[in-house]
Amino acid sequence: MNRIEKLFKGLKARNKKAFIPYIMAGDPSLEKTKEIVLMFEECGADIVELGVPFTDPLADGPTIQRAAERALKNGVTLKKAIAFVKDLRQKTKIPLVLMTYYNPIFKYGEGRFLADAKDAGVDGVIIPDLPPDEAGEFTKLAKNTAMAAIFLLAPTSTADRIKKVAGASRGFIYYVSITGITGAQLLLDGSIETSINDIRRITDKPVAVGFGVSTPDEAKAVAGISDGVIIGSAIVKKAQEGLNGEFRNFLLKLREAIK
Amino acid sequence: MKKGYFGQYGGRFVPETLMPALIELEEAYSRYRKDKDFQKELADLQKTYIGRPTALYLAKRFTEHLGGAKIYLKREDLAHTGAHKINNALGQALLAKRIGKKRVIAETGAGQHGVATATGAALIGLECDVYMGTQDMKRQALNVFRMRLLGARVIEVAIGSQTLKDAINESLRDWTTNVRTTHYILGTVFGPHPFPSMVRDFQSIIGKEAKRQILQAAGRLPDYLIACVGGGSNAMGLFHEFLGDDIKMIGVEAGGKGIDTGEHAARFAGGSVGVFQGCKTYLLQDDDGNVLGTHSVSAGLDYASIGPEHPYLRDNGRVQYTYATDDEALAAFELLSKKEGIIPALESAHALAEAVKLAPKLSKDKIIIINLSGRGDKDVQHVANIKGIEL
Ligand SMILES: Cc1ncc(COP(=O)(O)O)c(C=O)c1O
Repeated sequence: MNRIEKLFKGLKARNKKAFIPYIMAGDPSLEKTKEIVLMFEECGADIVELGVPFTDPLADGPTIQRAAERALKNGVTLKKAIAFVKDLRQKTKIPLVLMTYYNPIFKYGEGRFLADAKDAGVDGVIIPDLPPDEAGEFTKLAKNTAMAAIFLLAPTSTADRIKKVAGASRGFIYYVSITGITGAQLLLDGSIETSINDIRRITDKPVAVGFGVSTPDEAKAVAGISDGVIIGSAIVKKAQEGLNGEFRNFLLKLREAIK
Repeated sequence: MKKGYFGQYGGRFVPETLMPALIELEEAYSRYRKDKDFQKELADLQKTYIGRPTALYLAKRFTEHLGGAKIYLKREDLAHTGAHKINNALGQALLAKRIGKKRVIAETGAGQHGVATATGAALIGLECDVYMGTQDMKRQALNVFRMRLLGARVIEVAIGSQTLKDAINESLRDWTTNVRTTHYILGTVFGPHPFPSMVRDFQSIIGKEAKRQILQAAGRLPDYLIACVGGGSNAMGLFHEFLGDDIKMIGVEAGGKGIDTGEHAARFAGGSVGVFQGCKTYLLQDDDGNVLGTHSVSAGLDYASIGPEHPYLRDNGRVQYTYATDDEALAAFELLSKKEGIIPALESAHALAEAVKLAPKLSKDKIIIINLSGRGDKDVQHVANIKGIEL
C-alpha cells in the first residue's frame, strides 16, 4: 500500500479528514519552501502538495501563475524539485505529492521521472492536463513504482467520466470544487456535496477537494462532506506576505477547521 | 490510427473540466458535418458572405521576375475580413449556435482570427470576447480597433510572453470557467481533439477550390503547393485535398532572426516533441520541458508550437518544412506589392519568400500554387515602423 493510501485509511478509522496545503517549490526560494513545508508539518498537515513550476500553467489562476513565474526565475525545474524532495526527506516523512503539468514529465521521460521521484521520496503525482484517457502508459508505470497517480474530477464530469477517473486514480481522487481555475471564488451551494455523493456511489476511494477553498470557514464546510481539503492559492498568497506568526496562525486555523 | 491522433501526435491533454465539453463538441461536429441543413447554411454564407470561391490568380509579373516556374496565388486575402481565418471562424460560430452556446471566445495573434470570430459572432448574434497578448495588440493595433467596431471585447493578456501562446492559455482558462455557456473558437488546427481535424475540415475548402481552379486554368495539377505555417490551418486547408496526389508540398515556418539566434518560431528546425495546450506535437522547449519564447516579424506565425497533423505529414515524408527569416519575408512583402499590386500579410509573405528561392530553380513549365493566406493592410503600420518611417 502506498503511503497516501495508508494515511487515508488511518484517518478514516479515526473519523478524521486530511489537511493538504499546497506551495510552489522555489517561491520565493527553495530554502524558504523547505521552511514552509516543515511549518506545514508542524501545524498538522497530513499531506503536502508541492507545485513544480511550468511556463504555461493553464489550469491555474493569477496567484499560482505568478508563483510559477517567480519560481522559474529562480531556476527551479522538475529535476531540481526532485532533488529538493530528496533533501527534504532527511527532515520529514510527511506524505508528499508533486503537482505539475505533463510536458516537463514527458520531456524528462515518464519512466525515468517516476523512478527518480520515487527514489527521492515522492508519494504521488497530480497532473491537471493529463486525463486518464491519455495516461495509459503513465498509470501502468506509476503502479509498478507504487507511485499514486492522482486524477481529477470536476463539476462538469459525467457519470462515464466519474467511472473512468475513479478507476484510474490512486491515493485519492482530486475533486475540483469549481468550474474554473485555481484561486477562483468557491460557491458553497450544495452542488459540491451532490457531486461527491455521485462519486461515492461509484467508488470508495478517498475524495479530497481543492480549487477555490481559501478560508477556514470554507475548509470546514468542505471537510464536512469529503475526505480531505486542499488549499493552494490562499496559502501561496499568505506566504508571500511573510513567514511570520500570522502565516502560522492561518495554517493552524485551517487545521482546526478540517476535522 | 487512435481516435483524435495523427500517428503519435494529437490527443486531448486538457483539464478534466473541459473533457466533457470536448466529447460533446466531437459528437456535435460529427453530426453536423453530415447534416444537410447545416452544410447548406454554411455553403450559402461561404458564397454570399465570405465571397467564395476566392480567385486563383496567375501572378505573371511575379513569375517573370523570378524567371522560373509559373506562380499562382490562391487569393484568401480576398475573403471577407481579409484572411482565410473566416472560413473556420464562421463554421465554428454556426456550430456554436447549433449546440446552444450564447457566447464565443477566441485567441488571436495577428488579430485576423479575432476579427474573423468577431465577424462571425456579429453575423450570428453571439457575445464575443477575444484574448490578445499585449505585444500583439501593439503591433496589430488596427485589428484591435476592428474587433471593437464589430462589437467584440478585446481582453489584454499581459502575462508570460504576451503573445499568441499566452492568449491561448487565457482562452483555455476562460473556457474552463464558462464552458457551460461558451464555445471556444480555436483559430487554427491546434489544441485538443476535435479542433485539429474540425478546423482543417472548415479550411479544406481552400484546396478543394484550388484543385478545381487549377484544372480549369492549366489543365493539370500543380507541381508544388506552398503555404506558411503558424498553427498550420491555411497550410492544412490548401494541402488536405491534394494529399493523395503526386505533388510536392512545402510548409514555411517563421525563421525570425535566424535559427542560430534562438529568436524564431521554427518548430521543426529548432524544436522537439512535447505536449502543449492540449496536444502532443512539436514544440520549442528547453531541456526541462518549459516552453521557449519565440520571435517573428509576423504575429500570426509567432508561436511555439504547431498543429499535430503537421509533424505526422513530415514524419511520413508527405510534406516538407522549411523556414523564411524576417528579412526574407519583408523582402517578399515588398516584392509582391510592387510586382503585382497585392500587399500580402506578413504571414503569407513567408510562403512567398520560399517561392522566391524555389521558382528560379524550376523550369518554366512547372506550376506552383502559393496560399496567399491574407492581405497586408494590418501590417502596413508595423512595416513602416521597422523601416523607421513615421506615418
Ligand atoms: C493571414 C494569416 N496567415 C497565416 C496565419 C497563420 O495561421 P495558420 O498557420 O493557422 O494558417 C495567420 C494567423 O494569424 C494569418 O493571419
